[in-house]
Amino acid sequence: MQARFYRALYRIRRVEEEIAAVYPSDKIKSPVHLSIGQEAVSVGVCEALRADDVVFGSYRSHALYLAKGGNLRRMIAELYGKADGCAKGKGGSMHLIDTRARVMGASAVVGTTIPQAVGFAYAVKLQRKDSVVASFFGDGAVDEGVFYESLNFAALKALPIVFVCENNRYAIHTHQSKRQKLDNIWERARGQGMPAEQIPNNDVQRIYECISQSVGQLRAGSSGPFFFECLTYRLKEHVGPSDDFQLGYRTREEADVWLRTDPIEQLRAHLDPAERRRIETEVEAEIKDAFAFAEQSPWPEASELYTDVYDG
Amino acid sequence: MTGEIERELSYVDAVREATEQEMARDSSVILFGLDVDDPKAIQGTTRGLLEKFGRERVFGTPLSEDAMTGVAIGAALAGLRPIHVHIRMDFLMLAMNQLINIAAKSRYMYGGQAQVPIVVRSMIGKSWGQGAQHSQGLYSFFMHVPGLKVAAPTTPYDAKGCLIQAIRDNDPVMYVEHRILHFQRGPVPESSYTVAPGKARITASGSDVTLVGISYMQIECLHARSYLASAGIDAEVIDPIWLSPLDIDTIVESVRKTGRLCVVDNGWVTCGASAEIVALVIERLQQIRPVLVRRLGFAPVTCPPTPILENLYYPNATTIASAVYDLVRGGDNGWMPKQRVDLQEIQFRGPF
Repeated sequence: MQARFYRALYRIRRVEEEIAAVYPSDKIKSPVHLSIGQEAVSVGVCEALRADDVVFGSYRSHALYLAKGGNLRRMIAELYGKADGCAKGKGGSMHLIDTRARVMGASAVVGTTIPQAVGFAYAVKLQRKDSVVASFFGDGAVDEGVFYESLNFAALKALPIVFVCENNRYAIHTHQSKRQKLDNIWERARGQGMPAEQIPNNDVQRIYECISQSVGQLRAGSSGPFFFECLTYRLKEHVGPSDDFQLGYRTREEADVWLRTDPIEQLRAHLDPAERRRIETEVEAEIKDAFAFAEQSPWPEASELYTDVYDG
Repeated sequence: MTGEIERELSYVDAVREATEQEMARDSSVILFGLDVDDPKAIQGTTRGLLEKFGRERVFGTPLSEDAMTGVAIGAALAGLRPIHVHIRMDFLMLAMNQLINIAAKSRYMYGGQAQVPIVVRSMIGKSWGQGAQHSQGLYSFFMHVPGLKVAAPTTPYDAKGCLIQAIRDNDPVMYVEHRILHFQRGPVPESSYTVAPGKARITASGSDVTLVGISYMQIECLHARSYLASAGIDAEVIDPIWLSPLDIDTIVESVRKTGRLCVVDNGWVTCGASAEIVALVIERLQQIRPVLVRRLGFAPVTCPPTPILENLYYPNATTIASAVYDLVRGGDNGWMPKQRVDLQEIQFRGPF
């Protein structure tokens, strides 16, 4: 399991570092909201999910897309605005989708996909399937009314869904304490009628265990939903490839605390060096291939402008 | 309309029958919204459906228009065909993010990997003091946005056919019902049929002027046509039925013949459906022939509940006839037909 976690975390981290490295060349024609620092939440959750389980995310969903098995080549091509992109260059970084991997969409408007995940879970239950849905959102989404409406309906109908709040404390540059009276997101979910727990410290192992247990119960026929508030930290700026400590809304010391417990570093220390090198070599080759694929992919045809507005 | 039909049905029963037939035909169709399962059953349009199809497929919802619209979208992404009902169109303002940012855009921004086959039924109220927030015809908001379809059927026949089409359609459809039209009766075939998007209907032919009446204003336009006939003016009346996609060809061909166009909307004229229709007609005909145009709609104010002011707020058959008389004869003639009992507007039968 440690090696699986390491591969998944390292892969996402390195993909995004490559995105950041390429970004100044202006080849990536899309605003990128990097997940660097937050990978553990997506990996911990998605490692506990099955291929037919479904996820919905936010505009910061590179990690979720990759952790759930979204196609890497098509993701990079999408960032490049190319025809082979997962949305044919018409979605961009903020609207990643891979229906084969059951990554069912991501929205740039905060909180927007939460009810869609709930609706998908309603359908899954009606269709008597045993797959589950995971809804990813940040602490900013908890400010939105739709968050409460969605949790209420999911609880009312006992839906097979796991809510995953990635609490990185900031909505763009505004700390949670300036937006919410109480630091108790998980308790609010309990108040809506579902089991809820807070998981500190980017603890990928703990997240994996919690989700595995919840999903196991859902598949066994227990009532949903479940709620997890996962404390995590965004190391890069809200949007773009760089650090932003110079802005003054947060300190480098605050980030250092999270860097010291970075799960990638911790797992690396425990891995057999030969296995670690093998994983890293394979991942680096895959990333190189994906960027080369994106570079070589053609631009969309002009006719694509008017394609997929309506059916047919 | 074919020969087989002579059965009469109310608009309400046409909507109910369309829903029932589609739910029986396709188990992926589900129906929900505030009060769809209550004793009043949305004026009767959902009556009996809970009993027939069960609580999983027919259910009332929390007062959460925003989330429940997202739920509809998510269920559609999973392969269901949800019908989401709103007893007033005004309530859709609480659902705009989901409708505009997700429902309309999913097919495109996900590169064709996703589709959102939802039907959003909403009702426009009128009279009996419904006032500011129970009366708005806001469909032009949705006409503005690529990716949405908009139907505003007037007759029971079109109510059934448009709803069946909307349910089977793979795109999100805003299905707009006028509360006053619910009382209409008309021929409706028992069998299942669709009224295709993007096809208007000439409801009365004429040669002097083209009247386009949207939703309930279609009824008033047909009455206005009778008043105009008494003044020797022969009006052609068109019901667009679908506002998006809009069958502008049928309207253009009529105006090419008449040279005069009056669009009567069940909404405000500014940036509305009437503005769009007039602009499209002028763009098509401006190099070909001179065209005179007029738009009529709600007064540019908030709808007042008191009947004295409310009567001034809405166009009706006599005010439409008066405006069209001036359009045809030229000038400001001050002609106003005397109201005929047989051409009075349909009244809402209160109390609530």
